[in-house]
Amino acid sequence: MSIAANPRQYIISFIFIGVGSVILLRLFFLQNFEPKYKILANEYAIYKKVAYPPRGVILDRKGKVMLSNTAVYDLVVTPHNISKTFDTSQLCAALDITRANYESIMKRVQERNIDVRQSTFMEQLSQEQTAKFKENQYMFGGFDLVERNIRAYEMANAGIVLGYIGEVSPEMLKKPRYSSYRQGDYAGLSGIEFQYEEVLRGQRGVHYLERDKFNRPRDPYKGGILDSQEVSGKQLDLYLDADLQAYAEKLMANKIGSIVAIDPQTGGILAMVSSPTYDPNLLRGRERAKNYAALYREATRPLFNRATQATYAPGSTIKPMTGLVALATGAIKPSFGLACYGSYNYCSRPIKCEHKDAGHAANFRLALAHSCNSYFCHIFRLTVDFKSFGSVKRGLQTWHDYYYNFGYGRQTGIDIPYEGKGFLPDSSTYNKMYNSWNSCTIVFVGMGQGELLLTPLQMANGMCIIANKGYYYTPHFVRAIGKNPKDSLLKKYLEKHTVLNIPDTTFSIVQQAMQDVVESGTAAGAKVEGITICAKTGTAENKAIVNGEVIKMQNHSMFVAFAPRENPKIAIAVAIENAGFGATWAAPIASLMIEKYLKDSVSVTRRAVEDKMMKANLINKYVYTIDSVLRRHDAEVYRAKMERKQLVASMKRATDSMMVMRWIENHLKRSK
Amino acid sequence: MSSLRKALFYRIDGVILLLYVMLVAVGILAVFSVEHRATDVSLIMMNKSYMKQLTWFGYSLLLGFMILLTDSKLFSSIAFLAYTIGLAVLIVTIFAGVDVKGSRSWLGVGSFRFQPGEVAKIFTALALAKYLSLPETNFKLLKDRLIGVAIALLPAVMILLQKETGLALVYFCFFLVMYREGLPNAVLVVGFSVIALVLATLLIERKMLFIILTVLTILIGLLMRQTLRRKIPARIILAGAFLFSILFSQVAVPFAFKHVLQRHQIDRIFSTLGKEVPDEYDKTMVAGEEKKGNSSEYNVLQSKIAIGSGGFWGKGFLNGTSTKNQFVPEQNTDFIFCAIGEQFGFAGSAGLVILYLSMMLRIVYLGERQRSSFTRIYAYCVAAILFFHFAINISMTIGLAPVIGITLPFLSYGGSSLLSFSILIFILVRLDADRSALIR
Repeated sequence: MSIAANPRQYIISFIFIGVGSVILLRLFFLQNFEPKYKILANEYAIYKKVAYPPRGVILDRKGKVMLSNTAVYDLVVTPHNISKTFDTSQLCAALDITRANYESIMKRVQERNIDVRQSTFMEQLSQEQTAKFKENQYMFGGFDLVERNIRAYEMANAGIVLGYIGEVSPEMLKKPRYSSYRQGDYAGLSGIEFQYEEVLRGQRGVHYLERDKFNRPRDPYKGGILDSQEVSGKQLDLYLDADLQAYAEKLMANKIGSIVAIDPQTGGILAMVSSPTYDPNLLRGRERAKNYAALYREATRPLFNRATQATYAPGSTIKPMTGLVALATGAIKPSFGLACYGSYNYCSRPIKCEHKDAGHAANFRLALAHSCNSYFCHIFRLTVDFKSFGSVKRGLQTWHDYYYNFGYGRQTGIDIPYEGKGFLPDSSTYNKMYNSWNSCTIVFVGMGQGELLLTPLQMANGMCIIANKGYYYTPHFVRAIGKNPKDSLLKKYLEKHTVLNIPDTTFSIVQQAMQDVVESGTAAGAKVEGITICAKTGTAENKAIVNGEVIKMQNHSMFVAFAPRENPKIAIAVAIENAGFGATWAAPIASLMIEKYLKDSVSVTRRAVEDKMMKANLINKYVYTIDSVLRRHDAEVYRAKMERKQLVASMKRATDSMMVMRWIENHLKRSK
Repeated sequence: MSSLRKALFYRIDGVILLLYVMLVAVGILAVFSVEHRATDVSLIMMNKSYMKQLTWFGYSLLLGFMILLTDSKLFSSIAFLAYTIGLAVLIVTIFAGVDVKGSRSWLGVGSFRFQPGEVAKIFTALALAKYLSLPETNFKLLKDRLIGVAIALLPAVMILLQKETGLALVYFCFFLVMYREGLPNAVLVVGFSVIALVLATLLIERKMLFIILTVLTILIGLLMRQTLRRKIPARIILAGAFLFSILFSQVAVPFAFKHVLQRHQIDRIFSTLGKEVPDEYDKTMVAGEEKKGNSSEYNVLQSKIAIGSGGFWGKGFLNGTSTKNQFVPEQNTDFIFCAIGEQFGFAGSAGLVILYLSMMLRIVYLGERQRSSFTRIYAYCVAAILFFHFAINISMTIGLAPVIGITLPFLSYGGSSLLSFSILIFILVRLDADRSALIR
């Protein structure tokens, strides 16, 4: 053995033990007294994966799917994993893109994200692209397809009703409504998609997954006990009749205007058209922004919901209401008659009436059937001047209260956003307009040509009130949420609104007169075999203000109706802009709608009418001219506004500098 | 010679073999724990690293068995030849090496790849033992000392040329062996002083360091003025040391950082020190160089997270979220210690450190009980190599040393590493079995 113990073995052993101890000491502190590493470990290694449930499906009244979801594929890439043998030209061929395209996308991807992370290469591949990619997927290591749900409109109808979804914008995220959203989430932006967002959206699930440094999720963390399951969006059942809606849109092709059809017994909307319509499929997916801009630029403004937002002078269609109030207040009796010989001469300027023959306004029934302007102007005056009210102002207030009760001058509360209010004048309106006024000043309101403005929805709702003899339900689309018709969101639509106490008999008189309109009056063309239709035509004068000039435009063709009289199932309002007489266009279209809805099909004898209505192009050329003028005007206004802004800013700068100068001067003075 | 008469089996040191098997077993379990998924249908999956490592262990045992069957004199007689061949292979590797992450330290033969630098440690240890144990070697002579240093560092130069800096540094551990064999104590003093000087240079502002060094020299001069007055060499040494430190800190280090070291090495050094890379050393990227960012810092952070989150008792076997999900880079190889630290906590990592220390101390004990100095020197070589690997590897995982790519002996995944360490141990066991014989 060794001759003598070498002391250096101990020194070396000591070095070993010394270094070992330093390591042990460091480990001791690192593992026992530095809790931050535990926190960091959780942050790094546990991946919170948000699972997006499919949005709720929307069905029509017969259970037909109107809006559902469809899977699309996004192409993602992890640049780090692209194999060396990867053939760019093959991928370009599969995706039908050029090499330059590929390189620019790739460059963007790599600038935005680090190599080992997955980035979206291309969103929503077409079916062809997907198929071609899948076919040769083995060649494209590093690329992958990720499935995602997007909305699928099963038919190209009811776009304005269903609405669309889109990514939430940074501005939206600041609002409390979107507090639970984050960048990149989708939300309904209009229509039912917007209104019922909270139920359609469902509940996001959160899954905690262990992940590796490439963000690849692995096993569930702690066996998934912290996870919450995603809940699918609820199904919405609509009152809307998909077939009727499609039919209505066909009838309204090449016309500007709208149709609103309501089931008076529930307030459920059966069809709502704002024409021109657009294919809702345009407003989803990759092309949404581009298509939206194109639709926005259209002169006919297809994105503008005329059914709930456009306001029209109701014209003669208001006459049943004028009569209703006159009768209800006791201002006239049904037997009241007026000798009209073609004009109304009680006020300073004569008002023209379409009828000259004596006796056409011998009583209320006849007057309404013949739509006598003189008669309704007069009974409106009689109402507001009714002696029991004391003054025209009080009289107008009473009239206003009735109309307000009918839902005029306010939002009905329909379940799609941005509803218009129309305009309901009261005495303050006229106080502002005139120094002094009396019933003659406002006489046109009686025949629907005054300051009163209604949306087509309000007109249809008015029909519900008459059909129901005094009550209505707030018009709405959704019948059940998640198959529950009593969902708390629907409570307000189950509430019956009764209008100011008007006796049933009064309603019966008005109904009878409206029945006469179809059977022997102005709307003979709206007659449908076997159905008692009550209706009223309207031909509303209207003006456009272009470049500060008031231009009288062609009349709007209006029609309101409900049927059958005995057991009302449909109340309808049709407005066609600048199309002429109500009886010519709006009336046949409404009657076709009624027939289609109540009888499921249109009789052979009416095919010719149907054909004529569908083929008629009633869009005036000057719509485009006016549009371009208006747009130019808007642009000028905008430019002027910006110039003013700049001027103000430069003036502010000037005053600022002046103040600085003054301050310097003062300062210098003081220092002297 | 009574012990030689006993059968070979009884002369084998069981303690060292037991420690060896324990460490390898821990290694395989660690690799398993990182790779195993709850969804795996079978434990035996040949594409998994732990199965490959198990296979390598099989080969190691086979090779170890063959080594035990050889004559102990074989190793001393082939030492120089093996060393020469080893150097030749290292030179070939410089030119024919497979490019792996910028270094050319791997040789590929068919589908088989190995790192000659890893294996060359064995030959160097044998050659150094052989040279120092030659009767004609007088290690007190400067010439012989220089030859010893040359034998130890020649492979390091080759490996440096393969751009595998970490592996090259390992060869400096042979100074420990040479110290044991008679290098003056001053080697240790100078060694530690240089290390201290390097750290000071990096941590302290250059002008400040100049002042500190000057003040320090004056202080030492005042304290030792009696000695200095009497002995001229002492004055020369002090003056030389002062001059050296000034040149080193003011000229050499900045030069090395500006012109020799590569960007990622500078990053690693400063991230270990917990400092930002100073502007003067911050190299703008050479065209075509891959951006590494602060990857070294990220790696060490992930490694510290894994180990630090283990706590005292660890997260439990197969529950290491950081290691299992590949947050730590070089998971199975250089950073395998994280798997132990995370899953078994301080208890486990301390146990492992103690296991290593036991092995090294046992080897020192074995070395000291040899009759022939060849075996003793060889044993110290093995201990020194193990020590260097162990100390640097664990230190880099906990941020005590810069990240240089060297493996944790017996634990790290990889055939080259496991095989070469196994051979080192088995040769030692074989030589030790003939401890009472004279091996030259």
